[in-house]
Amino acid sequence: MSQWVVLAVNSISFGGLLFLLSAGFSLIFGLMRIPNLTHGSFFMLGAYIGVTALRLGLDFWSAALLSGLAMAALGGMIERFLLRRLQGQELPQVLLTLGLSFMIADLSLMEWTGDPISVNTPAGLRGVMPVLGFGFRIYRLAIALIAVAIAAGLWVMLDWTRLGAMIRAGVDDAPIARVMGIRVSRLFTTVFCLGAGLAGFAGMLGAPILSVYPGLDADMLPLALIVVILGGTGSLLGALAGSFIIGILYNFGPALFPELAYVVLFLPMLLVLVLRPQGLFGRQSL
Amino acid sequence: MRRSALALTVLALVTLPYWIGGPYYTNIASQILIWAIFALGLNVLVGYGGLVSLGHAGLFGTASYAAAWLVAAGAGQLAGGLGALALTLLMSALYAALALRATGIGFLMITLALGQILWGIAYRWISLTNGDNGINLSTRPMPLGWSLATPGAFYIATLVVFGLAVSAMASFVASPFGASLRGTRDQPRRMTALGYDVWLIRFLAFLFSGFWTGIAGLLFCYYNQFVSPHLVALSSSAEVLLMVISGGSGTLLGPIAGAALVVIMKNVASAYIERWNLVLGAIFVAIIVLMPEGLVPGSQRIWRWAWRVRDLPTAEIAR
Repeated sequence: MSQWVVLAVNSISFGGLLFLLSAGFSLIFGLMRIPNLTHGSFFMLGAYIGVTALRLGLDFWSAALLSGLAMAALGGMIERFLLRRLQGQELPQVLLTLGLSFMIADLSLMEWTGDPISVNTPAGLRGVMPVLGFGFRIYRLAIALIAVAIAAGLWVMLDWTRLGAMIRAGVDDAPIARVMGIRVSRLFTTVFCLGAGLAGFAGMLGAPILSVYPGLDADMLPLALIVVILGGTGSLLGALAGSFIIGILYNFGPALFPELAYVVLFLPMLLVLVLRPQGLFGRQSL
Repeated sequence: MRRSALALTVLALVTLPYWIGGPYYTNIASQILIWAIFALGLNVLVGYGGLVSLGHAGLFGTASYAAAWLVAAGAGQLAGGLGALALTLLMSALYAALALRATGIGFLMITLALGQILWGIAYRWISLTNGDNGINLSTRPMPLGWSLATPGAFYIATLVVFGLAVSAMASFVASPFGASLRGTRDQPRRMTALGYDVWLIRFLAFLFSGFWTGIAGLLFCYYNQFVSPHLVALSSSAEVLLMVISGGSGTLLGPIAGAALVVIMKNVASAYIERWNLVLGAIFVAIIVLMPEGLVPGSQRIWRWAWRVRDLPTAEIAR
């Protein structure tokens, strides 16, 4: 029994991490119509940069914020100087992000070597909290809380602010938004920065659980992909629901079907594609 | 002119093991041919169908794994090869049924996800695939009693298959079916209005592409006599897509040139630096930003431009 409770808590915290990763992925997809294949690399590179910041003596939370900012800057530069050159050509843009992801992976391998790096849980959040006779790891609960807080923040930003209204207009119909005087290309850069920053922050936040290793990018990217296919592109609610579904499968799958865990993870995506191609909460199909 | 150039190329290719200077280079030539068949297969979808697949390594790996597994399980080489091809076709049909629910970027994402599932099976379903350790193939097959154990013999056999693949592609491009596939790439709605079943055309093209991908996978399994999850990884799918795009998608020669370029680069690069993925990514980015139409059409463009520049003074005088 207690094993299942632990798995449930792990599912929720992993779902929270996935949400931070895929919210940006989903917004970028909704606005720019491209799956950003460097998103897993932002996650991994964010974690590595956080590790280096820790070694230089920063505390955990400043390191996580620094990772987020560094990735936001990198994402902004990639959008502004590379993707912008190929505006309107979706396929070359996707391939460009794929090429960059290989470069980032290899450069990280050079800089941080192939050994996995484990990160200590930040002080104050170590240990377990007893609730109803079960022990919950405090840090995992904290991740879930942070994710929910950021989800609420993103929701307020998208639904209640001028910037959010412009992003929604761009997602719905970019050419018309442009005609209405919204500078859509500046929105592209903003959203790309935001998405990359969230991914980098999530990478550091997840480091105490997942540790940091080469291949982390390739492990996380497909997860973001299935979350977005499952939840529907450009939809925050879809990313949230998709993240928690995948978080549950990711943790319960290996416990129930050890060898087929990876297949179990993708099954709901296949079901959604067959039965509801636009995703659970999406409006446009792929 | 054209015919004699073709004859010279064929002659050079057939006698390659004698003049290239060593089994190492013969083996590289075999690798190029295998990857060229793979790239030609993918080009059917990317170039003529306008459908970019990032999961083709899954089909390639299916053929390799199935052949190695069947032979290891005691089936004969012939049964193993045929069974692997049949399984690859079945897998292609499954891929197509799911991925063709979308086109464009959606198609790319679904094939990517499917490729990752197959990678996950190869890597994690250890009782079936032996996980990271892979499966060994004890011997190469002996078609008609002809041993393929030496690099030269294997090269010639690969060259025969390669010739078949090229002529199959050439007749495919010229056929009404090829024309209708290009039609679905350029004007799917008009094709529907004209009474073509766009979905069925794409589905059949996917099977055709999957078939040649499977052939390449089989050859690769025979070449290495070993299969591992690395074969099915996203980087394989990206590599073969890079071959198609760098050479020039939608042309017959492009994927072959791309395969030669990438395989040679890979072998040369790995002799000097161990960072092949970095080089792969950098070439990818450079080609997409600088020569988006690919090397073969790109150099044709520069060639034509150079000729026009040379002809220009005469044209000026004539005026």
